[in-house]
Amino acid sequence: MIYREAGQFQTTYSGDMRIFPIRQDRIAVSLLLAAAFFLVPFIGNDYWLGAILIPFLILSLAALGLNILTGYAGQVSLGSAAFMAVGAFAAFNLMLRVQGLSVLLAFAGAGLVAAGVGLVFGLPSLRIKGFYLAVTSLAAQFSIEWALTRFPWFTNNNPSGVISAQKIVILGYRFDTPARRYVLTLAIVALLALAAKNLVRSRIGRAWMAVRDMDVAAEVIGIPMLRTKLTAFAVSSFYCGVAGALWAFAYLGTVEPQAFDLNRSFQILFMVIIGGMGSVLGSFLGAAFIVLLPILLNVATHALLPAHVSGSLTSNLELVVFGGLIVFFLALEPLGLARLWQIGKEKLRLWPFPH
Amino acid sequence: MRYTAIRIGLVALLGGAAFALPVPAQEQFIPMASYRVGPYAAGGTGVFGGFIDYLDMLNLRDKGINGVKLTWEECETEYKNDRGVECYERLKGKGPTGAAVFNFLSTGITYAVIERATADKIPVVSIGYGRTDASDGRVFPYVFPLITNYWSQNTAKVKFIGMKEGGMDKLKGKKIVNLYHGSAYGKETIPVLDLQAKKYGFTVTHIEVAHPGNEQESQWLQIRQLKPDWVILRGWGVMNPVALKTAAKVGYPRDHIIGVWWSGAEEDVLPAGDAAIGFIAAGFHPGGTDFQVMKEVQKYVYSGGHKGNLEDLKRFGSIYYNRGIITGIINAEAIRTAQARFGKKPLTGEQVRWGLENLNIDEKRLKELGALGLLQPIKASCRDHEGGGAVKFSQWDGKQWNVITDWIPSDQSIVRPMIEESAAAYAKEHGITPRDCSKE
Repeated sequence: MIYREAGQFQTTYSGDMRIFPIRQDRIAVSLLLAAAFFLVPFIGNDYWLGAILIPFLILSLAALGLNILTGYAGQVSLGSAAFMAVGAFAAFNLMLRVQGLSVLLAFAGAGLVAAGVGLVFGLPSLRIKGFYLAVTSLAAQFSIEWALTRFPWFTNNNPSGVISAQKIVILGYRFDTPARRYVLTLAIVALLALAAKNLVRSRIGRAWMAVRDMDVAAEVIGIPMLRTKLTAFAVSSFYCGVAGALWAFAYLGTVEPQAFDLNRSFQILFMVIIGGMGSVLGSFLGAAFIVLLPILLNVATHALLPAHVSGSLTSNLELVVFGGLIVFFLALEPLGLARLWQIGKEKLRLWPFPH
Repeated sequence: MRYTAIRIGLVALLGGAAFALPVPAQEQFIPMASYRVGPYAAGGTGVFGGFIDYLDMLNLRDKGINGVKLTWEECETEYKNDRGVECYERLKGKGPTGAAVFNFLSTGITYAVIERATADKIPVVSIGYGRTDASDGRVFPYVFPLITNYWSQNTAKVKFIGMKEGGMDKLKGKKIVNLYHGSAYGKETIPVLDLQAKKYGFTVTHIEVAHPGNEQESQWLQIRQLKPDWVILRGWGVMNPVALKTAAKVGYPRDHIIGVWWSGAEEDVLPAGDAAIGFIAAGFHPGGTDFQVMKEVQKYVYSGGHKGNLEDLKRFGSIYYNRGIITGIINAEAIRTAQARFGKKPLTGEQVRWGLENLNIDEKRLKELGALGLLQPIKASCRDHEGGGAVKFSQWDGKQWNVITDWIPSDQSIVRPMIEESAAAYAKEHGITPRDCSKE
């Protein structure tokens, strides 16, 4: 009913190729964005903005980065957290060593440095495929973490090897409250998500998908393997790098290389798998599932179970329920939450007259 | 009749006023950002078990602190920084006056909340972990790495080695290996060891073990080639038993391995079996149940149908559990100190901070608390947020930890200048003007 498209005809090619061809989608997305920008910062408190929404947005961005590489270009990687680390430490060092650099430029620079490192670690993908490539991407994870711990230059000789991110000031405006940092994070994530959506609909994105579906066939029809695979690595690492810089600057404030360990890489990979491979929406749904659900379960067990139930029991129970839900959703729809949404939408468009 | 009406009106007015101004609950909220799952759950369940049991005992025995009941709520951090920050934000505003004081039992989370807590005016206590240079209270007014920090502990270790060798002058020409966990925590003592090596004339070799440390063959082969006189084990979690087992395999004597206090619990040595016999660890408190305060906890919390926080009662009196009791004592005494100044009512974080800074637990107070021998005297100040600094060394005999030294004080002539230098660098990086302690 709400998805009835009667009367919506596309009369131009550009109209047919827009991101959201259905009017209801356009309205819903604009309303969502407007609410996120203009309503949430005013009604959300410090806890919701600073501890829930900011990390959710940042990890969505990292998941989006990995989704470009794994979901669209078909290259499995277990090194996303390492590229986040590169971004965080690059932004810190750029701010530290370049006098008067704007934070936004530092974030962009952090993304570019991460993209450069990603290119290097993407080189094996020209020879190795599938699980074997995943194993070589572990090299990125371990060697980057090792280098950041080993060489004190990266942390400006901090004895414990941690960095304290500089304050975010843009054109004299201080982003010092959770609400302001949330708006900044949201703006960056929204812009990059829009760029990603357009990128995957472009020639580059179609080349990635061709490589993903069958790389020999793609090469035969003239898609350059080297350039296609390496751009996927570079763009993916750029997104992860910006996410890492935001993690350090807009969320935690103080990070150590261990904040970006293998577990974080797995976490991001799970977001992509549960959210839906090859879907921008899936990156956000997956991040919501992996980031928000454990917190929700923690709050719920404390609220629902009587006070005398031991803390160890509730903590372990949360993990059990969380694991169960992962199995449930993957059994229900192996292609992820985004696919569930898509199926629901298809049904709604035909309702009430399914074939 | 008219007067009656006025009287009724007055009573109604007064009654209304009384309802409009609810009496604030006499409750002090203490957040428990604990971790009970994951690789470090043994530490989390033990320490937070002891912490909660001690507060529970105060509630049952004394009706809280001076009549102010203690309340708490747990939040699972999984020892992860992002979850820790989430817990901080979730719990900071609970209770009638907000969170009194945070304890995270995680160096990473403590680092991550320093700026938030300073802005929110809530003190963060990190007993035996956390940011070492926060001992300089002029730069870090809201952070309290109480009792002892890693650098202090490290100088005490070198003193202990000197004692064993027969004098500090005998250290000249000796070889010491620093086997450390490849993390911020593990790296923290490298500069202070280098400095002491220069001062006393021994050589120190730093060897890193990558996290989590369940594979150490190559490191111990390197140690066998170096033939060091002592090995300092700066381990955490699974790294500790693996180090001891591998040392046994390459034939390095365990009684020449000295661990930090995060290597010195029952959970660190039991998995290594006989390979751990003889291993020495530093600690800022002993284990055991032979203290009056432990008997009180046993009496009030674990008897008469009341059930304490521990699930496995065998862990009562273990190293981690006693560390929790100590954490409880220090937090409660800080609130008590602050109440003496601000009144016997629920206090804000800012007021509890004053209590922490003016904390003075002397021998007499320790005796009253029933913690003589469990805890060392502590006196914090605006300048010094550490307040103690001494450690005792214990040796594992295969069944229990036996204390083998008295309190060995740290060498503040080495540590304090390093702390001030590091804190000054932090102040400069963040544009903080250090407080003037003469005006506090």
